[in-house]
Amino acid sequence: MVLVFAEQQNGKFKKATFEAISYGAQLASKQDTECAAVVLGLVDNPSQLATYGAEKIMHAGVAELNNFNSKNYTDAIAKAIETSGANTIIFSDNVTARGIAPRLSVRLKAGMVSGAIALPADDGAIKKSVFSGKAFAHVNIKTDKKIICVTPNSVGIVENQKAGLVENLEVSVSDNSISNQTLNTVSGDTIPLGEAELVVSGGRGLKGPENWGILEDLASSIGATLACSRPVADSDWRPHHEHVGQTGGTIRPNLYIAVGISGAIQHLAGVNSSKTIVVINKDPEAPFFKAADYGIVGDAFEIVPKLTAALKEFKTSQSN
Amino acid sequence: MKILVCITKTPDTTTKVQFTDNNTKFAEDGVQWIINPYDEWYALVRALELKESGAASEVHLISVGGADVEPIMRKALALGGEQAIRVNAEGADTYNTAAQIAEYAKANSYDLVLAGKESIDYNNGSVPAMVAEFLGAQFVPNATKLDLNGSSLNLEREIDGGKESLTVALPAVISCQKGMAEARIPNMRGIMAARTKPLTVVDATAAENLVETTSYELPPAKSGVRLIDADNVQELVDLLHNEAKVI
Ligand SMILES: Cc1cc2nc3c(=O)[nH]c(=O)nc-3n(C[C@H](O)[C@H](O)[C@H](O)COP(=O)(O)OP(=O)(O)OC[C@H]3O[C@@H](n4cnc5c(N)ncnc54)[C@H](O)[C@@H]3O)c2cc1C
Ligand SMILES: Nc1ncnc2c1ncn2[C@@H]1O[C@H](COP(=O)(O)O)[C@@H](O)[C@H]1O
Repeated sequence: MVLVFAEQQNGKFKKATFEAISYGAQLASKQDTECAAVVLGLVDNPSQLATYGAEKIMHAGVAELNNFNSKNYTDAIAKAIETSGANTIIFSDNVTARGIAPRLSVRLKAGMVSGAIALPADDGAIKKSVFSGKAFAHVNIKTDKKIICVTPNSVGIVENQKAGLVENLEVSVSDNSISNQTLNTVSGDTIPLGEAELVVSGGRGLKGPENWGILEDLASSIGATLACSRPVADSDWRPHHEHVGQTGGTIRPNLYIAVGISGAIQHLAGVNSSKTIVVINKDPEAPFFKAADYGIVGDAFEIVPKLTAALKEFKTSQSN
Repeated sequence: MKILVCITKTPDTTTKVQFTDNNTKFAEDGVQWIINPYDEWYALVRALELKESGAASEVHLISVGGADVEPIMRKALALGGEQAIRVNAEGADTYNTAAQIAEYAKANSYDLVLAGKESIDYNNGSVPAMVAEFLGAQFVPNATKLDLNGSSLNLEREIDGGKESLTVALPAVISCQKGMAEARIPNMRGIMAARTKPLTVVDATAAENLVETTSYELPPAKSGVRLIDADNVQELVDLLHNEAKVI
């Protein structure tokens, strides 16, 4: 049995959760077994996971589990593993997974791989990105029980309708050493950077925070999420969570548009797994052009508004 | 209030990543080693700030590795901390590394263990929560703010699409990232003092590796950029739609 931790936020599943279920279902079918999902906390519609291949959905629907607690989450998932007899456990690799999967690894003595970007190969080796995307490693898990954390946007969503029987998972929530949690979520309709398929990113070439309007317009013309280089976040032009690179977020969107970013090795590390890279820079010698698929040499302040207009027009023509 | 800070060494961020021995080993020749930035800039500096403000009494550093980690441990001691411990184990995977840190931490009762969010070479992000599980301690990943408040911590962390503030009772293990502190540069006095600070080597406890890296690979090189005229952004839109198929 393959068991997938189906993370939810505010009662809803995220795209990355569906990717993890799709991954688990494909792995299960390779191993001639079934894929189950475990859901913690109150959610709107757990049976939705059946669409992506969950045969069984184990739901611990207690309100306390809507708050992150690494001990309680680990206990609840350990219970699901025990009940289902699962020997492979899948997570979407994000901050929540990093609070649970390693604990389970120790508790079950199950080898784990984080940052996985593909299904295990025929010899069992799992490909993961290392050096923040500058290279890949093939890792073998030597134990029978295995834990795999899958990077968002690296495996697609595959529809594969299964029964998706929802079962109640009895858990005891015993730890209360974390309290006073308050959530401040930024505007609901932007896609989190780690999951975004389209990203527009700005560097020091934009000169100051007051100039970000042109990037916001560019991003909203195609529904992209914003990112930035490190000096931009360090100077508080933009919030820290937008910082990408070797010491910030590592992302792999379908499209990464870099505006006024030179393309330093530490920046490239975090973004060079993007499927398509567009660079807009006034310096034809900027190193980023070497890592780009498409480039425009010129002044961002002239090019970006024109590109935004062209993309808007394209979008309108598409919706007609 | 004793703090243990976990430190690991990583290749300098400008390192050209290459592999040898038929792509089974990272090419270490000529590589400059640094303290993993998350450990240095955030975990260590925040621990030192807590010591300076009187909230913490002692700050110790620990690293699991061979003698080759000692230079970066001295560098860390130059920033601060009373002593450093090296657990003498080479080639330990994350499980094994965490077992070593936990063994030492348990025997020397720390109230707080701080680590980096991840090592920037293998990007596992696993050691800190594993240490917490070995210790039976609470754990919070990727904290961006940390304050001591009696026997508990006030933390902030980033979650998808926002922020969360939380209070956690000690003892706890916390992994640290950007926001928590400002990077520091060691001064001459610190560098001199570091030379004589105790750096104790302890034997590894018996623990096994659960995973093994069989080979490495570099991403395929880009085939070359296609330049588009600044006056013809329409061409870019067409290419993104018809060729790259990303919009
Ligand atoms: C240990 C370490 C870790 C680091 N980690 C990271 C990291 O995670 N992420 C990261 O991004 N950096 C990181 N850096 C910093 C990195 O080395 C670079 O300094 C940084 O990426 C440069 O940011 P930038 O491209 O925005 O700025 P710059 O290098 O200043 O580049 C600005 C670019 O804008 C262009 N430009 C200027 N005006 C215009 C205009 N009007 N129109 C178009 N283009 C214009 C210029 O030609 C130039 O190429 C790290 C550095 C170190 C030492
Ligand atoms: N060999 C090690 N010795 C001490 N601490 C380590 C070691 N490896 C990892 N850590 C700590 O665990 C964090 C996450 O590392 P990792 O799980 O390897 O990505 C690092 O930022 C360090 O704080």
